[in-house]
Amino acid sequence: MKTLVLSLILALFWAGAPIKEGYEVGDTAADFKLKNVDGKMVSLADFKNAKGFIVIFDCNTCPYSKAYNERIIALNKKYAAVGYPVITINANDDSKSSGDSFEEMVRIAKEKSYDFPYLVDESQSVAKVFGATNTPHVFVLTKDLKVAYIGAIDDSARKAEAVTKKYVETAVDELLAGKKVTTTKTKAIGCGIKWKSV
Amino acid sequence: MRKYLVLGFWLVSSALVGQDIESIKLTDLQKILQSPSDKVLVINFWATWCAPCIKELPLLEKLHQENSHVQVLLVSMDYDLDSDVEKVVRFQNRKKLQAKVLFLTENDPNAWIDKIDKRWSGALPTTLVINTKTKKRELVQGELAEGQLEELIKKVNN
Repeated sequence: MKTLVLSLILALFWAGAPIKEGYEVGDTAADFKLKNVDGKMVSLADFKNAKGFIVIFDCNTCPYSKAYNERIIALNKKYAAVGYPVITINANDDSKSSGDSFEEMVRIAKEKSYDFPYLVDESQSVAKVFGATNTPHVFVLTKDLKVAYIGAIDDSARKAEAVTKKYVETAVDELLAGKKVTTTKTKAIGCGIKWKSV
Repeated sequence: MRKYLVLGFWLVSSALVGQDIESIKLTDLQKILQSPSDKVLVINFWATWCAPCIKELPLLEKLHQENSHVQVLLVSMDYDLDSDVEKVVRFQNRKKLQAKVLFLTENDPNAWIDKIDKRWSGALPTTLVINTKTKKRELVQGELAEGQLEELIKKVNN
């Protein structure tokens, strides 16, 4: 009986875990509509002149997000002007991580003068559809929303000066030059997205 | 008498300050993962900055203390953000961790995450449960639930 109860509890636990699906390189992403820190709803379709997108699942609290914050801001500075704007999305459950509340997102976006959207994925459905697991977790999309790159920003979280492979920049540069992306998928150590428990 | 007191004090204090933390490379870790052992390996990838990792540590400590058929290894991934082991040593002392703590000193995680387990995204915490003799292994990504480790140990031993 005890085992049965335990198995039932475990079954419930696993059923509540995020579905291990998500996009692979080459898939076509679905557009979304999420609330930005300015209160307005944002979709990828709003960016009429974009040649593609650098979608980054990020958050307020993760030390990796903090380590990469300046690099994310720099990515938008460099690539928004040439048609690849940065779109950041926070999917963390703020009941598990209070520092990831919408109010804190607004505060950080203001403090860091974000000139790109910082969207809240309150239902976590966009993060699940994309298959985001970490923060920061990058998905580079082309204009027709084809997934061209999934993974880390570069190969050195600790020190921006020690970076030898700028994965995202290289992928976007290749796309801008009309070339095939050479490194399409990378992995990094990072904070897991704080999923809601069901 | 005094000698015993001193010895007793030394034993207690060394138990309190925990063990030395060994720095390891990927090849050392791979050796551990592949060497056949009578014990089931429970390898927990964690970091001092990771809140859900710290929350689940008592489950791993309990397993280490109560199950002698299992070897628990707490592999710190702190190096990726801070190459100084000192933070991990202080954490180990503060929490009085009894399970063995290892400090993995490798750069460029993309080059080695798949070599630990292809299913692993790289997010922390992550736990591997391995029967090194049959090579059966289970991977848990995210925070462990109470009783989950025991279920996984049963599963790899079946």
